Amino acid sequence: MPQETKLDVAFNCPVPITAKESILLGHGSGGRMSGDLLRNIVLPALQNPMLERLDDQAIVDVGGSRIAFTTDSFVVKPLFFPGGDIGTLAVNGTVNDLAMGGATPLFLSLALILEEGLAFDILRRVMESVRVAAALAGVVVVTGDTKVVEKGCGDGLFVNTSGIGLVSSGVRLSADQARPGDRVLLSGTIGDHGITILSQREGLEFEGAMASDTAALHTLVADLLGASGEIHCLRDPTRGGVSSSLNEIAAQSRVGIEIEENAIPVREEVQGACEMLGLDPLYVANEGKLLAIVAPAAAERILEAMHRHPLGRNARIIGTVRESHPAMVTLRTRLGTSRIVDLLSGDQLPRIC
Amino acid sequence: MKYLDEYRDEKIARGIVAELVRRTTRPWVLMEICGGQTHTLMRYGIDEMLPAGIELVHGPGCPVCVTSLETIDKAIEIASHLEVTLISYGDMLRVPGSHTDLFHVKAGGGDVRVVYSPTEALKFARANPSRKVVFFAVGFETTAPANAMAVWQAKREGLKNFSMLASHVLVPPAIRALMSSPRNRVQGFIGPGHVCTVMGYREYEDLIREFQVPIVVGGFEPLDLLEAILMLVTQLEEGRAEVENQYVRSVTFEGNLRAQKVLTEVFQVCDRKWRGIGGIPESGLSLRKEYAEFDADRLFGTEGLTADEPAECISAEVLQGHKKPTDCSAFGTRCTPENPLGAPMVSSEGACAAYYLYRRHAIAASEGR
Repeated sequence: MPQETKLDVAFNCPVPITAKESILLGHGSGGRMSGDLLRNIVLPALQNPMLERLDDQAIVDVGGSRIAFTTDSFVVKPLFFPGGDIGTLAVNGTVNDLAMGGATPLFLSLALILEEGLAFDILRRVMESVRVAAALAGVVVVTGDTKVVEKGCGDGLFVNTSGIGLVSSGVRLSADQARPGDRVLLSGTIGDHGITILSQREGLEFEGAMASDTAALHTLVADLLGASGEIHCLRDPTRGGVSSSLNEIAAQSRVGIEIEENAIPVREEVQGACEMLGLDPLYVANEGKLLAIVAPAAAERILEAMHRHPLGRNARIIGTVRESHPAMVTLRTRLGTSRIVDLLSGDQLPRIC
Repeated sequence: MKYLDEYRDEKIARGIVAELVRRTTRPWVLMEICGGQTHTLMRYGIDEMLPAGIELVHGPGCPVCVTSLETIDKAIEIASHLEVTLISYGDMLRVPGSHTDLFHVKAGGGDVRVVYSPTEALKFARANPSRKVVFFAVGFETTAPANAMAVWQAKREGLKNFSMLASHVLVPPAIRALMSSPRNRVQGFIGPGHVCTVMGYREYEDLIREFQVPIVVGGFEPLDLLEAILMLVTQLEEGRAEVENQYVRSVTFEGNLRAQKVLTEVFQVCDRKWRGIGGIPESGLSLRKEYAEFDADRLFGTEGLTADEPAECISAEVLQGHKKPTDCSAFGTRCTPENPLGAPMVSSEGACAAYYLYRRHAIAASEGR
């Protein structure tokens, strides 16, 4: 076998596997590997207190105004799927990151990384989705960029959006604000987006029509903030799912969080797909749901406000913030026992049998 | 959800546990064979519900866990050929070989892909005739028929660019090895429901004649497992040793005869090395010589490859039920799902990973941490 036909996989290399210094797909999962990447390489280079909060957005003071600022990149295969496409996701995702800081989203940027050979028609369809999603969300795309990479160097189309919005003076939402006794609210069913994408990508056919839940959540957030001043933290459980968002909140607030398996709404078709594939819906991505950590006395009022909004009809109180087991999320199972809901290392892997 | 909720009902579960408490007069050590069963037990905290005298030890039935180090090394070696597309079930990618894993081979430019079924690997091979497509076929009797079918189909079509690195393992020889050990503590087995769906439970009657140990073929839902435990304890308390079938909605005495037919058409029984346990005679399946042209091990010249396992990992003791994952000095510290020393920490069906993922808080509380 000539040397150049083989990768250099060193069988005599004494270095342990984790010391190999290269990016794996798992670094993009939103789990523990993603966190390690930030802590070990990204944050040390850029030390500043605003970044280190690791919220979905930074809130900066500019001439007396509180500006929320965020950015997000979108790499999704397939580009089009039931419920939306990469354009819808790119607008809603950034709008939601702003909304989770309590901001009114205002302006977006749009950067397109196009792969040589991408059909104009595909780009036109995506741009139409961007237009419609931005109009629905009431945001304006005011700046942008295009780059083209060689065939084989991109997956058709990558999109980045950044966004800014305004935060009212009284609003202070952050992942370090959860307090023992607070209740955990979830705005609707989980796993819809991730399972839809997975089944499209793998050509798996499940019973029932599944669709991504991609939606802009800022009007829901505005309603919640209008209903109560006692919301401590909002998160949209995207990549890594509900478990990753709750683990981040538990770690940053140094509290335990206990959730009830029976209270978590999951669509039957999503649950069925998860059972077949050996996946846990708690780790599956959502694109139109939010988690709210709220003071106990205000929980019912905020839940009612969610129920009145079209995107919160299936909202439930799913758990409670505890003093015990700080930085850990536990779940009361349907059998009344308890287990950990841990941060996954990398991506969830479907099991063999 | 229909067909699930009825097997996860708290009230029925409490009823079975109450009956278990009533029938248990002394301590018993039981082993669930399957990793899938271990996963359910940990995920639903069923160990918390059992009467104090009932001890569950976790068997060797996690295919990811028992695939030998050298088999992983072979897959890595084969995947590192630039003309090869290695196709695997997802959870094999993270299993550490001697020096790297398939995720790192992929990151280094190797063409490693994940599928849900071997027929997808066949499809890929047909569509990409210039690629040498190798399917990494691991698992118990459950995955073997589908893998056999893929090879059978490839031969029928005369597909020249498809081969298989086959490392199947069989359950009954593993039970025989466990029972023959002078250190064996197991007094009853929860049999492997999916394996028996394919193979039936005829073979398990031989084991009972040999060892007089009760075996209850069990399912994978919480109530399946509680019921299987109750059936085992009832047998033990009554001094019986029989094969009983709890998983009647899936398992029959004969099993799936058509699946067995294709399995024996393509595979033959062979000796097999199990990770953490060592060699067990006649405990594996390899391709018959009529299908040698599809044997990746032969085609890529990896047959002679051997590897030694890390000394610190006690997976041998865990997989045989001699020790609990928490008895390991490296558990949760030097050995975690991010940095596994041994395979039981890799797959969520591995006993160590299941303890780590689901039970750490209970372990911490019991140790007063």
